[in-house]
Amino acid sequence: MSSDYEISDDENEYYDEEDDEMEVDYDDGSASEIEVDAFGDDFKVAPRSERKLYEVDYTSLSQPEIEKIMQTDVDHISGIFGVEPAVAAQLLRHMNWNKERLIEKYMDNASSVAVAAGVELPPREPTPPPPKASSSRLSSTGPQRTTRRTTAENLKSSPKSKRATPLVEESKEFVCPICFDDTQTEFMSLICEHKFCASCWKEYITSKVRTEAECKIACMAEDCNIVALDPFVEKALGDDRETWTRYQELLVRQFVSCIPHLKFCPYPSCTHTVSCPSAATKSSLITMVPIVTCGASNTHVFCFGCPIDTDHRPVVCAVAKMWLQKCRDDSETANWIKSNTKECSKCQSTIEKNGGCNHMTCKKCKYEFCWVCMGPWTEHGTSWYSCNRYEEKNSVDARDAQTKSRASLERYLHYYNRWANHEQSAKLSMELYTKTEKKMDEMQVTSELTWIQVQFMKKAVDVVFRCRMTLKWTYAMAYYLASGNEKELFEDNQRDLERAVEELSELIEAPIDPETIMTLRQKVTDKTVYVQKRNEIMLEDTAKGYLEGRWKWNVTVEGFDSA
Amino acid sequence: MAVSTRRLQKELADIKRDGTPVGITLLSAEDFATWYLSVEVLGNTVYEGEKFALKFRFDGQYPISAPAVQFVVDDTYQAPVHPHVYSNGHICASILGSEWSPVLSVVSVCVTIQSMLASCKVRPAIPYPRVRGRSEH
Repeated sequence: MSSDYEISDDENEYYDEEDDEMEVDYDDGSASEIEVDAFGDDFKVAPRSERKLYEVDYTSLSQPEIEKIMQTDVDHISGIFGVEPAVAAQLLRHMNWNKERLIEKYMDNASSVAVAAGVELPPREPTPPPPKASSSRLSSTGPQRTTRRTTAENLKSSPKSKRATPLVEESKEFVCPICFDDTQTEFMSLICEHKFCASCWKEYITSKVRTEAECKIACMAEDCNIVALDPFVEKALGDDRETWTRYQELLVRQFVSCIPHLKFCPYPSCTHTVSCPSAATKSSLITMVPIVTCGASNTHVFCFGCPIDTDHRPVVCAVAKMWLQKCRDDSETANWIKSNTKECSKCQSTIEKNGGCNHMTCKKCKYEFCWVCMGPWTEHGTSWYSCNRYEEKNSVDARDAQTKSRASLERYLHYYNRWANHEQSAKLSMELYTKTEKKMDEMQVTSELTWIQVQFMKKAVDVVFRCRMTLKWTYAMAYYLASGNEKELFEDNQRDLERAVEELSELIEAPIDPETIMTLRQKVTDKTVYVQKRNEIMLEDTAKGYLEGRWKWNVTVEGFDSA
Repeated sequence: MAVSTRRLQKELADIKRDGTPVGITLLSAEDFATWYLSVEVLGNTVYEGEKFALKFRFDGQYPISAPAVQFVVDDTYQAPVHPHVYSNGHICASILGSEWSPVLSVVSVCVTIQSMLASCKVRPAIPYPRVRGRSEH
């Protein structure tokens, strides 16, 4: 019976009585839990036997590993189409790395795909229409457009050394139309033969890669769609290896963003990628919260399913997003307007009454009405300035609408305050880290305890931080949960966790006394284990709820059936 | 010498030699950081008889990076009332951002903006100010 909760067996030496009590509370859920676990086992690919219900299977990949995957695709396409790897790579990038689609389209009409991808010039026959409004544009771009090769079938002819190696020519009175620097002697051009000097190319590519984070480098000539292939980019950048590295990183990013089961680590300057096939579809996100950690550092925690860069368990992405949106934007301004203003019943202008009597005249349409009953003023007859129509239907409605919006504002604030409070406390517990370290030093000096034995403090702070994060998000979840038994059970779990966390928080802030240190250590360790368990129960139960479709929302949530 | 200086010298020499397209006049080019040009929209358009001034600012990266271009708003000049132009003179045009190409020039930018204005057939209305409520007594 209890086996489901003895996951962290190694820490169970400090198991206390409270745990037994709470297990009884959850006995009713254990039958279905066993089923779910068995189900989960079938899908376990890697034997991560300790995977919990609220965790997700994923692998972390480094940049070279991703590059290897890309290379396999490129070699495959290059082999099928009989084109150079650099061309194959550009074709794949153009089709967002959708190999099947590329093959299908390419077999259908090779040259239209190649033209669209910018690896081949458009067929010469229908003379390209003169670009709009360019009659008087820079005349210097004109002359060099003359020598266009028709390379429609060029793509398939095998060696094509010309394509990969940029044209480097001796200057024959040619001046680069960008810098007009007549001392330049080295010129380069793509297959479109728009010649520019090597230093302009370098400058241009550097600016594209460095400031625009762009890995698709089109020819500098106006309206030219030809794309610079990797060997050209490398050659043009010359000894600027840093930009070349950045270019390669951008290519990897582009690849990763095209593949649904891959996601780039969002932490600054991290180059790792996480692969999580089980969370690759939108529909999977209603049954799980795919929180992952990349291989570079265990602090790089993020959600695979949405752009939130923190652990937002136990709330599913769609709900977490709604909550953050609500907190961030001015949806509460709308609430204020609802509580403090009325609309003119004739022209619907929003009006705030900031004093005076109930006889209102709309500034816009000059309609005269009573602020209390919203009815036309003319009907008030002789009952000047004291509306006797208060109980009539439309005034009752207006009043109801106002109280309702006030109540909804209060309800929101209830959840928001608790959310913000846990966030604040979690921040403070980061400060506690430094204090704790000092405390641990102190303990090593004042007591017999060794370094390893004082680690309980650090662990406790860690656990408090993690649980506060869970608690924080439970308030977002509770705000959107439809009321009923399920919500009550959820809130019971929330309350138990919250109480336990506050108790542990208090313990770790307590002053250290050499005489009581052993009892303190015992207490803190026990409490830490208990809090961890409560946190696990909270997460496990919500995760189970998602799988069972047990959670019902009080609003329509993307992906869920409307309750 | 910075790339931008040489390039702008060349553009200035071209303007001095060949002149500017109809409706576009170089107002001032005192240095290679800021230039002013005036633009008139020719023919029967909503801007008939109006003259606008464009301010070009170049950084050392020009023409690799696009120039910063906006309409001058001062005692003499006003920004045109146009859906892509803010009242402070800011211009929303793709060639000044993502579609900038280093082969474009000051004159070609002016021509593009001129044709952008010319294609505006209806003078956009200025939105009404917000209405506020008022109590009689």
